[in-house]
Amino acid sequence: MSGPSSYVPKSDLEKWLDTRLPIMRFMNDTLVDFPTPKNLNYWYTFGGILAVCLASQIITGIILAMHYVPHVDMAFNSVERIMRDVNYGWLIRFMHSNGASMFFLAVYIHIFRGLYYGSYKAPREILWGLGVIIFLLMIITAFMGYVLPWGQMSLWGATVITNIVGAVPFIGDSIKTWLLGGFAVDNATLNRFFSLHYLLPFVIAGVVVLHIWALHVPGNNNPTGVEVQDVKKETLPFHPYYTIKDAFAICVFLLIFAGFVFFGPNTLGHPDNYIPANNQVTPSHIVPEWYLLPFYAILRAITFDILIIDAKFGGVIAMGGAILILFALPWLDSSKIKSMRYRPVARMWWFAFVLNFLMLALCGAMPAEPPWTLISLLCTIFYFAYFLVILPVLGVIEKPQTPPASIADSILQSHKKSAGVSAAAVPAE
Amino acid sequence: MKPTFARRFIAGVLGLVSVVAFTSSAQAAGEVKHPRAVNGSWEGPFGRFDRAQLQRGFQVYKEVCSGCHAMNLLHYRNLGDEHGPFYDPKYPNPNENPVIKAIAATYTVKAVDPDGNEEERPGLPADRFMSPFENAAQAKAANGGAMPPDMSALIKARHNGGDYVYSLLTGYGLEPPKGKEITEGKHYNPYMPGGVIAMGPPLVDDQVTYADTEGNKGVKPTVDQMSHDVVAFLSWASEPHQTQRKITGFGVMGFLLILTILLWFSYRQVWRNVEH
Repeated sequence: MSGPSSYVPKSDLEKWLDTRLPIMRFMNDTLVDFPTPKNLNYWYTFGGILAVCLASQIITGIILAMHYVPHVDMAFNSVERIMRDVNYGWLIRFMHSNGASMFFLAVYIHIFRGLYYGSYKAPREILWGLGVIIFLLMIITAFMGYVLPWGQMSLWGATVITNIVGAVPFIGDSIKTWLLGGFAVDNATLNRFFSLHYLLPFVIAGVVVLHIWALHVPGNNNPTGVEVQDVKKETLPFHPYYTIKDAFAICVFLLIFAGFVFFGPNTLGHPDNYIPANNQVTPSHIVPEWYLLPFYAILRAITFDILIIDAKFGGVIAMGGAILILFALPWLDSSKIKSMRYRPVARMWWFAFVLNFLMLALCGAMPAEPPWTLISLLCTIFYFAYFLVILPVLGVIEKPQTPPASIADSILQSHKKSAGVSAAAVPAE
Repeated sequence: MKPTFARRFIAGVLGLVSVVAFTSSAQAAGEVKHPRAVNGSWEGPFGRFDRAQLQRGFQVYKEVCSGCHAMNLLHYRNLGDEHGPFYDPKYPNPNENPVIKAIAATYTVKAVDPDGNEEERPGLPADRFMSPFENAAQAKAANGGAMPPDMSALIKARHNGGDYVYSLLTGYGLEPPKGKEITEGKHYNPYMPGGVIAMGPPLVDDQVTYADTEGNKGVKPTVDQMSHDVVAFLSWASEPHQTQRKITGFGVMGFLLILTILLWFSYRQVWRNVEH
């Protein structure tokens, strides 16, 4: 949390710099001395993991762009050439394609952690909102990136998703033509997707800076959801305590990442994307990448017209709403208590929400036919009900447990408890 | 979070994920017969190609498949790359490998001479694999309207890649189920999505003659053996660097594992006096 700076310039050069551009002071206060609650668990390491993912994607992406050719006649072969003829091109390309999956895996854990511990609540609404913007930008960037290898799924996925825009009443078709640069997904589309796919990661990096800024004003939330009261007793400097803990977690994450890159680089992809794009042959089963499946299921869940909104546009509204509703979450959850550790009923609903989200992913992977259409619809209804009904109502009617008075208290209690448990457990064994 | 909740939750998630994986693979298979496992030596993290088998597989491709199927992403020099069928450590640059030169020279390539006249010259290691047809239209016309797919990336472009191609090649000659119409010029193959394939049975026993070498001892060119061999070759061709990828992978994983352990102890050391 931002407070008086603890930075003391040591050398003459640092003193000189500090009165002109206090960048060393800034680095010290955000990355070294930043007071961080003592009780963060491993679910809180995913912020650092995500920073590594973004850096890895940008570095591998810049190298790929040196070899990639954004033209419908050459894109597919240029990606294959990267993997066959460029020195270690296979490594760079597999790190990038699997990196996208790992990035989304980490971001989903990060988001669900925020949902569990109430990290979106005051005074962190802006922090949460910036996170939702990053997530939205990630989805757009990943979608455009998947189009670039110009395989069958690239072309047909892009066709399905850009058709969404055409669902907007009256002006949809004109907007779609304008976005695609033509009447169908073709060379113009590929060119602009490449351009934007290169641009957006830097926009993400910019919003990440804001996200971290907004984190460092109120400081980290923590598993108790109780704000820091005594900085001296309840926090530790970010370095070395959390740099070392994050580094360990990042390394474990990289082991999983490397497992995919080196021993199953195509496991998470779709084989059809190794068939060059062909606008005369439609794949029997068009699916997006796994990380977009839940939202794809919501898009397809609306199969009926609602008043003047036809089914197609209804699906678009539902899918857009599923992400946009996250912006309103800080004001929808009426509970005064942040952490679901002390909200047993809300906790059960949270677990249900996560399972529901996985169920939506399954629905997205299945063909749009019974019973999946009905399951998709029910899951979509539950998805929205969680935000619009359950969280607003639960905060009023539930009887939460009393959270500890402070972080220091909670640490004391858990130590007593674990000491008591182990003492009690010994005779039982 | 109470540990019991965390444990129950993770178990639930893993359960659901396995259901997703199982049903989606079942879905992908659809009504198609699930392919038989090829059980290739190259499969898995420890799997490696058998050099003699890669050479036999290339021979089957060259003498049988290449009559209809192109492999546009490969050059003759690729055959001499490290872990490839004709790699020779004496020639780290495969363009200098006499075996590769000889293979390339068996083809005739169209070129333009310095005076601008069309000429025909013997192939070089740098040339792409010759395509059997001039263009897609010709390929279709010669095959009853069906386009023989390019085989460069075939294994990674199909569900269950190697298993599928192996099953397809050995899946001819079965009686189609009652009511299944097989039109003139088409063939029944239960592993093909839809069960009907334009390609006739491509292999018959003893179609090729394997060289009498040390690596080929006791190998008979049966349909099953040739299918197995050509799938090995196509698996290599889909991703020629896969052996290097796996070897590098063990180094990287080993490095990361040691680093992770060291970081764990560093973490314990840094936090040793902190109540948290």
